[in-house]
Amino acid sequence: MVQVVEKLQPWLAALERRPHTGPRWLQDLRDRGATRFAALGFPTVRDEEWRFTNVSPIANTEFIAATDAPAAVEQNLDAVIYGDATSRIVVLNGRFQAQLSRVSALPKGIRVGSLAAAVTEHADVVPRYLGQLADFGTKGFTALNTALAVDGLYVHIPDGVVVSDPLHLVFLTAPTGATQPIMSNVRALIVAGDRSQVRIVETYVAPGGGTYFTNAVTEVFAGEGAVVDHYKVQQESVDAFHVASMHVHAGRNANVSSHSFSLGGKIVRNDVTALLDGEGAECTLNGLYLADGDRLVDNHTTIDHAKAHCPSHEIYKGILGGKARAVFNGKIVVRQDAQKTDAKQTNRALLLSDNASINTKPQLEIFADDVKCTHGAAIGQLDEDALFYLRARGLNYFEARDMLIHAFAGDILDRVKVEPLRVALESELYAQLAKDLAEIDAV
Amino acid sequence: MLDIKNLQVNVEGKQILKGINLHVNAGEVHAIMGPNGSGKSTLARALSGHPQYEVTSGEVTFDGKDLLDLDPDERAREGVFMAFQYPVEIAGVNNAYFLKAALNAKRKHQGLPELDAMEFMQLIKDKSKLLDIDQSMLSRAVNEGFSGGEKKRNEIFQMALLEPRLAILDETDSGLDIDALKLVATGVNAMRGPDRAIIVVTHYQRLLDYIVPDYVHVLSGGRIVKSGGKELALELEKKGYGWIETGAQPVGA
Repeated sequence: MVQVVEKLQPWLAALERRPHTGPRWLQDLRDRGATRFAALGFPTVRDEEWRFTNVSPIANTEFIAATDAPAAVEQNLDAVIYGDATSRIVVLNGRFQAQLSRVSALPKGIRVGSLAAAVTEHADVVPRYLGQLADFGTKGFTALNTALAVDGLYVHIPDGVVVSDPLHLVFLTAPTGATQPIMSNVRALIVAGDRSQVRIVETYVAPGGGTYFTNAVTEVFAGEGAVVDHYKVQQESVDAFHVASMHVHAGRNANVSSHSFSLGGKIVRNDVTALLDGEGAECTLNGLYLADGDRLVDNHTTIDHAKAHCPSHEIYKGILGGKARAVFNGKIVVRQDAQKTDAKQTNRALLLSDNASINTKPQLEIFADDVKCTHGAAIGQLDEDALFYLRARGLNYFEARDMLIHAFAGDILDRVKVEPLRVALESELYAQLAKDLAEIDAV
Repeated sequence: MLDIKNLQVNVEGKQILKGINLHVNAGEVHAIMGPNGSGKSTLARALSGHPQYEVTSGEVTFDGKDLLDLDPDERAREGVFMAFQYPVEIAGVNNAYFLKAALNAKRKHQGLPELDAMEFMQLIKDKSKLLDIDQSMLSRAVNEGFSGGEKKRNEIFQMALLEPRLAILDETDSGLDIDALKLVATGVNAMRGPDRAIIVVTHYQRLLDYIVPDYVHVLSGGRIVKSGGKELALELEKKGYGWIETGAQPVGA
């Protein structure tokens, strides 16, 4: 126990240096986050939710908060997937960067930009939402983020407003010249008013690579009848640690979809929690992850059906090579009042090597009696029969294999409604796959 | 064109084919008949190069080449085509995309220019009429959600596109109603020609009413036990397989 506390020491010291800017309520929020983190510390593999994901490589590294953005760094956003979006809002090392951002031709009344600025400038809205979904009471990483976040991105769509151009939120990490690896505690707050519609792409990326730690929290509020189509692209460096939680609140008849693409990172943990809190709310959670080497990707999702007549759809797929490990835990809660729930969950993983592995668990907690819930999991190698069928028509082994792998991933990619994003994701994913497969073929 | 000598094949360690001898010339249609478990489909699959069918002895030459030395895809590109008894459903692979890839793999092998999308669509349009292949079958994933008849028609459609030198039909008639059977037979008959050989593997004589063979071979216990002309099929239809299994002596070397 003493040892644990000692290991936490640098983190507690970082908490002591937490920002003290902003209004009183925000300082209170940070204080509460700091208190909870001091009590909770980091999760361990004894914690059911973290059984297969050992975060001690994060806990044992002394990260420092990037105090300032690197001076006059010309960030090349061309290498960023969908970096050429018409509307992009950029955070660099935890802070909003106006000069890297461009927001054009947005409908009137929309606010996008720095969360820190919005705290004072949108003082009538932000306090009602920030920290309301992200549970820092029981989650160590969320508590840490709540205490340390300096800035982040804020998107507010007023009632009834339809945004046609997707908004691209880019969270960049770049070296600061410090000898220690840096961490960024970043937040995104997205408030979509009643009957509003918006598409949002969130990207986490470090064009310069390196070891660092991103601890991200995203909260999404979809008002009555709102349509939110969300994409998360995790393109961190292969040496980076990425822990992120996304929290969705869907009101009556809201329709929220979130698609997670996990391409980089050494240890990656994504938590997505969607609360369907109004009748007729609909939720889609899809995911595609790729890992090789000794990387670990852990996806935990929760869809909480709190009200009646809410459909939910979920498909997660992974492609694992090398000694990569993956975890998928898909929880579906159907509360007592949530009659006529229709929940469907599918989880598949393709293991390209004998040393890759996945731990997968569907978790259904159903307290209503008139519901439809289905789940299915399939883990395995490529289908030998399909491979032979393609070869019997003249495609060589490599062509046949690639066609099957692309089809496996294409199932998720094809659901991306932002066409340039889909194209960019496809080309990045296939390039990574080609590299992995070339390594396998060389053995 | 095809010369099979003393072919012996194991499946999961068990010997199924115990010495098949068969000679097929270009332009001929051979029917392979026999009771369940006689090894008919094993012969078809071994010729196509299925990895679960292990050749333990014998020789197969195809157009002078050692067929057994070739991978399944090399056999296909050389002009061997097997219509599957159970066509495989391949989720996520568009049927037209797959057909184009298969056709271009073969054209590339033949030193022909690959077809572009326009040329390919025109070709498909011409070939699809014969087998009543509609647009939706082309735009769906390969065999996914196809009815039994659609799957078999799709196989023969692939054969029409790929124009093999040697076509092997592995129980293509099983599970087909009479209308689908006629469509399939029409498709196969349209492919008959002096440069092409066809091997029809079937349990029933019915298909042979529509695809009339030049030769009929009866397989039993992993060997060809009787060979004859098309009238042999009718005799089998009348008498069943019993008289062959009990009374006949193996023929051939």
